[in-house]
Amino acid sequence: MSSLLEVSGVSVSFDGFKAINNLSFAIGDAELRAIIGPNGAGKTTFMDIVTGRTRPDEGRVLWGEANVSLLGLSEARIAREGIGRKFQKPTVFEDQTVLENLLMALRNARGPFQVLFYRPTPGDLDRVHELAGEIGLMDALGRKSGELSHGQKQWLEIGMLLAQEPRLLLVDEPAAGMTPAEREHTTTLLVAAAKSRAVVVIEHDMEFVRRLGCKVTVLHEGAVLAEGSLDHVTANRKVIDVYLGR
Amino acid sequence: MSQSVLARNPSVLVFLAILGLFTLGVTLMSEWAGSEVVSTSFVKTLGKTLCLALVAVAMDLVWGYAGILSLGHFAFFGLGGYMIGMWLMYERTHGIVVSSLAEAPIPPTEAEIVGAIGNQIFGVVGSREFPAIWAFADSLALQLLFVVLVPGLLALAFGWLAFRSRVTGVYLSILTQAMTLALALYLFQNDSGLRGNNGLSGLQNLPGLDHVPQSSVSIWFFWASAGALALGYALSAWIVSGKFGSVIRGIRDNESRVRFLGYPVEAYKLFVFTVTAMIAGIAGALYYPQAGIINPAEIAPIASIYLAVWVAIGGRGRLYGAVIGAAFVSLVSSWFTGGQAPDVNLGFYTIKWVDWWLVLLGLSFVAVTLLAPKGIGGLVDLWTGRQAPDRHGADLGPDAGSLREAEAER
Repeated sequence: MSSLLEVSGVSVSFDGFKAINNLSFAIGDAELRAIIGPNGAGKTTFMDIVTGRTRPDEGRVLWGEANVSLLGLSEARIAREGIGRKFQKPTVFEDQTVLENLLMALRNARGPFQVLFYRPTPGDLDRVHELAGEIGLMDALGRKSGELSHGQKQWLEIGMLLAQEPRLLLVDEPAAGMTPAEREHTTTLLVAAAKSRAVVVIEHDMEFVRRLGCKVTVLHEGAVLAEGSLDHVTANRKVIDVYLGR
Repeated sequence: MSQSVLARNPSVLVFLAILGLFTLGVTLMSEWAGSEVVSTSFVKTLGKTLCLALVAVAMDLVWGYAGILSLGHFAFFGLGGYMIGMWLMYERTHGIVVSSLAEAPIPPTEAEIVGAIGNQIFGVVGSREFPAIWAFADSLALQLLFVVLVPGLLALAFGWLAFRSRVTGVYLSILTQAMTLALALYLFQNDSGLRGNNGLSGLQNLPGLDHVPQSSVSIWFFWASAGALALGYALSAWIVSGKFGSVIRGIRDNESRVRFLGYPVEAYKLFVFTVTAMIAGIAGALYYPQAGIINPAEIAPIASIYLAVWVAIGGRGRLYGAVIGAAFVSLVSSWFTGGQAPDVNLGFYTIKWVDWWLVLLGLSFVAVTLLAPKGIGGLVDLWTGRQAPDRHGADLGPDAGSLREAEAER
């Protein structure tokens, strides 16, 4: 199987602490994957490595059909390669309107000079309206995003990610702090997104992972402990010991 | 978003209208127009104030919008002044030398003229040779180009080194102070080629225009300063109004998030830093002919800190705030330090404002930062009804320079 992202034998340590220890991971096009694991298992560090925020001590991170190495590329360059990332805490630009946030994220030229002379085309505005409809923020386009509720900010961020049209979406705890109704909407958004691109979701909440209905990777102490369907991994003795049986 | 820049920023039109009326009013009341209400020296003070307002707009762009607290923009301002000062001094000395040598029995050669000019200009630092940097001092066009190019290239080189190493926040501020200090110390040396601590003088006299009274020259520079401020203000408003403004405000509030959207943050910072350095250079080139003299003390690190204080007091993140802050503080400052402010006799001690002005300014800065982060520009909000969001004291982003709750708009 040709994979979109292939991480192999990656290790990284901070001050002697091995945050990631010989980790290997692969995901294909249009695949939804959940990563679970206890605190400190290296889930966020894994995302930091893929998005170029952290340089691993060893290992390879290969991307796309051409197997481009992502190591050594800047965060911005990796984002332009087609990897979008959603942080645990909703991070939208609070001083700017929903419309401005989405326009900024929209897949367009990113250089300062192109952006300086950029004016939104009717096509761009249509796309923004379409996205705003999907994330339920149609009526809030003119509002400052700092005013939105926690759940709305999460959706706006997901909307911004979709606007980037990434081939791989990395989503860190999307359902944290959401009401049950909001969680359901988020699940729908993620499952829909995974129809046309790869989506990796980091999540603590088992019920949420179950609803995603996808393959699960369990991380523990910076390495993969188990992989498979949720039922498969939750039946695994080692997984129960380190994570579920707490 | 489909409206024009002006429709989205009515404050630009209001500002330009006020500036136009102000310029017209001062012109009509000046000695140039035959009135005695505004003296020529006060026209110069007002013209200089407009230049300071322009460099404050540049500072607001780089700090208030992009979140880069540069404490070095007055160095770019000074460099602009030096570049135009070289031409003014060279050409004027040239005129004097030619007319005095015209009396000589044998007509002087070109080399003799240049030598005499060198003697006149550099005699004060014990030299008579023209340093290499004066090679183009006889060309107004080239020196005008340098007004923009020299600060621009310095900012480009400095910014490239600093931003690509991801130096941010207070460390960047310290680096810009170091750059400013280094430049000032270099210029203080007699062999720097720019007359050491004597600086360049006599800049108020335009070469070849000796017959024109200062009342006319002062009003020309006043108009030029007002025009430059208008253009600089409109350009800045245009830069911050569209998506570019969104991106740099994003960088101010949450730099890493902008990076994960795929924007090359360093390139944006470098762009803003360089463009504002060029604006500062232009402001300086208009300021120093009105001041008449430039010396390295003008570039001292404290000048750049004042610049940040003006913008803070006026209200950062809004261009008119920078103009208000610069104009208000610099005019009040010249009132206090010019000995016009009456001393306060406390019985046991007399407060002489010449000495105590800095203390008052420092206290006002602290007070504004703590109590009224919106600054004087915030008073406009009382009229426009702009309200701050209720964020329970939280800033609008995780970065050091991000907008504070009270500065933001709902």
